[in-house]
Amino acid sequence: MSYQLNFGALLDYQDVLLDGLWMTVKLTLISTVLGILLGVLGAAARRHRNAALRHLSKAYVELIRNTPFIVQLFFVFFGLPAIGIKMTAIEAGVLALVINLGAYLTEIIRAGIDATPKGQLEAARTLGLSSRQIFIRIVLPPAFQRVYSAVVSQCIIVMLGSAVVSQISVPELTFAANFIQSRNFLSFESYLVAALFYLILAFLMRLAFNLIGARAFSRKEKTL
Amino acid sequence: MSQFTDWDILRNLLLAARWTVLLSLIAFAGGSIVGLLLTFMRISRRRSLIWVTRIYIEIFQGTPLLMQLFIAFFGLGLLGIDVSAWTAAALALTLFSSAFLSDIWRGCVESLPKGQWEASRCLGLNYLQTMRYIILPQALRIAIPPTVGFSVQIVKGTALASIIGFVELTKAGTMLNNATFEPFKVFALVALIYFLLCYPLSRASQYLEERLNVAGKRA
Amino acid sequence: MSLVSVRDVHKYFGELHVLKGIDLTINAGEVVSIIGRSGSGKSTLLRCMNGLESYEQGAIILDGMEVSTDEFQVRKLSHSVGMVFQSFNLFPHLTVGENIMLAPKLIKRVGKEEAKKLAMEVLEKVGLADKFGQYPEKLSGGQQQRVAIARSLAMKPKVLLCDEITSALDPELVGDVLKVLEQLAAEGMTLILVTHEMNFARDVGDRVVFMHQGKVHETGDAKEVLANPQTPELQQFIGAVL
Repeated sequence: MSYQLNFGALLDYQDVLLDGLWMTVKLTLISTVLGILLGVLGAAARRHRNAALRHLSKAYVELIRNTPFIVQLFFVFFGLPAIGIKMTAIEAGVLALVINLGAYLTEIIRAGIDATPKGQLEAARTLGLSSRQIFIRIVLPPAFQRVYSAVVSQCIIVMLGSAVVSQISVPELTFAANFIQSRNFLSFESYLVAALFYLILAFLMRLAFNLIGARAFSRKEKTL
Repeated sequence: MSQFTDWDILRNLLLAARWTVLLSLIAFAGGSIVGLLLTFMRISRRRSLIWVTRIYIEIFQGTPLLMQLFIAFFGLGLLGIDVSAWTAAALALTLFSSAFLSDIWRGCVESLPKGQWEASRCLGLNYLQTMRYIILPQALRIAIPPTVGFSVQIVKGTALASIIGFVELTKAGTMLNNATFEPFKVFALVALIYFLLCYPLSRASQYLEERLNVAGKRA
Repeated sequence: MSLVSVRDVHKYFGELHVLKGIDLTINAGEVVSIIGRSGSGKSTLLRCMNGLESYEQGAIILDGMEVSTDEFQVRKLSHSVGMVFQSFNLFPHLTVGENIMLAPKLIKRVGKEEAKKLAMEVLEKVGLADKFGQYPEKLSGGQQQRVAIARSLAMKPKVLLCDEITSALDPELVGDVLKVLEQLAAEGMTLILVTHEMNFARDVGDRVVFMHQGKVHETGDAKEVLANPQTPELQQFIGAVL
């Protein structure tokens, strides 16, 4: 092999790379929080008394899950402004990520809700709780716990998917790698380093989620 | 600038969608072959093989598909292999799919009750015989729904090949958008075509899953 | 005055006629055991009394309120009637204390400190005051069931419905739960139990209601009915369970 890998040259661009990494982290954080919220709402709608809400939620889930994220992104970024909804690239990126994550989480959380034992609902009803109170206080917390690992995996998938928002010039990690390789022509090295960063991010994300989960779902005795 | 009618847009998109389908089929076939190999390595009893596949899967599941495409595209070039966007996309999607498929299939093999292994052993079957006659036939049955389900991910994954310049459905969409300045219409149509490709697969997967569950309960 | 009045109640599950005209009046302070084979409609009757099941015909009046499955009505009823289930149904993500305080806080708008006091009070009653901060999964079945009773008591109901509450317990744990019920009976709580515990029905219960094929087949004073069953069906049933 005649080619000599040259990672050292990337050091000149470490600021660009780190800025991109930071943007990816920020995009992920905000989309994860909003996406989980949307997923909970979607799941609530999916099991709502109102049939129209149920159908709407189902259509949303099917539409998003059966089209590529990049097309969703282009539709939001190019298509929506054409009908008067204007936004910046970052806003469009976040919106697309949230919509995408929300659809998958709707389905995941719904499955968790469906696994609720009937007796839990009956006990709550007997105690006099309203439907909303039952959903929020009795059904949702254990349902979320039941499907937590699937939720975590989906959030990580969306973090990795955020690489695609580089295509609408959001200056995140992949965009940074693109930029660097366009300057120094070390494409292989640039992308390899970026990929490594993603790998580390995925690892750290799982770690963080596991720590949060262990804390949130702890069943250690509480003192008075 | 030439004028595009709606029909022109749709016709061009449909023509490009053929490449989406072809790339999906190749990735699925390639991914299945490599994935099967990985699955056997993963359920073998060789520690080194298990580790290799685990790392392989971690890497492909822990990095963006887009990065895998870039690295395949530019990395192969470095090795002196002249790659087209088509080759790079086919290669990257094959490797990507193989990681996910082998992970799904391993899960199916491991989901079988331990009693199946123990019973086979009591009957005097060796490892390979147990695999061949007891485990694989059962694992295959439960593997079909999630495998069909994953094919949806492959179809959607091919959209990223547009970024390295392969002209499939998404790329055709961006090109038509540049020519017509009608992004709302163009990308809605692109989305619709993907939906028509993916939705039947999703439903088939769900249907097979339900049928399997019913059969499982009856048994 | 009667606390619970069931008048000509009919209930169908689709084609299946499960309650065929039930009439039953229960006074405050009574302990009534509903017995019968599985499928006789006894659990269904109990579940109709607090709005968990609907009924198609007749009326159930509990503490002056008409019982229905309407959410608002069920909420109102929760002040008067409590229910304990075979499968405990404690909320797994809440501690024992939180399980008990939930409804008083949400439904009765009881303050935090008062709710805590109330919870300790009912926990002491069932002998589990030391489990306040524990999660249900750490408790034995018998303990979980006693917490479930305490949770119902915290709403200060006038009637407590018990749906086979010892059936899911290991035999050695049944006694503790029955002891709690006995104590409640002694304090004057109205209890309606669907049960297989014939000794309990005889020794603690005031009245026995034997259900057979969706009807009240035989009823009367507990000791008498169980000692001298009149109908062959009840004779056969008692012969089978004793």
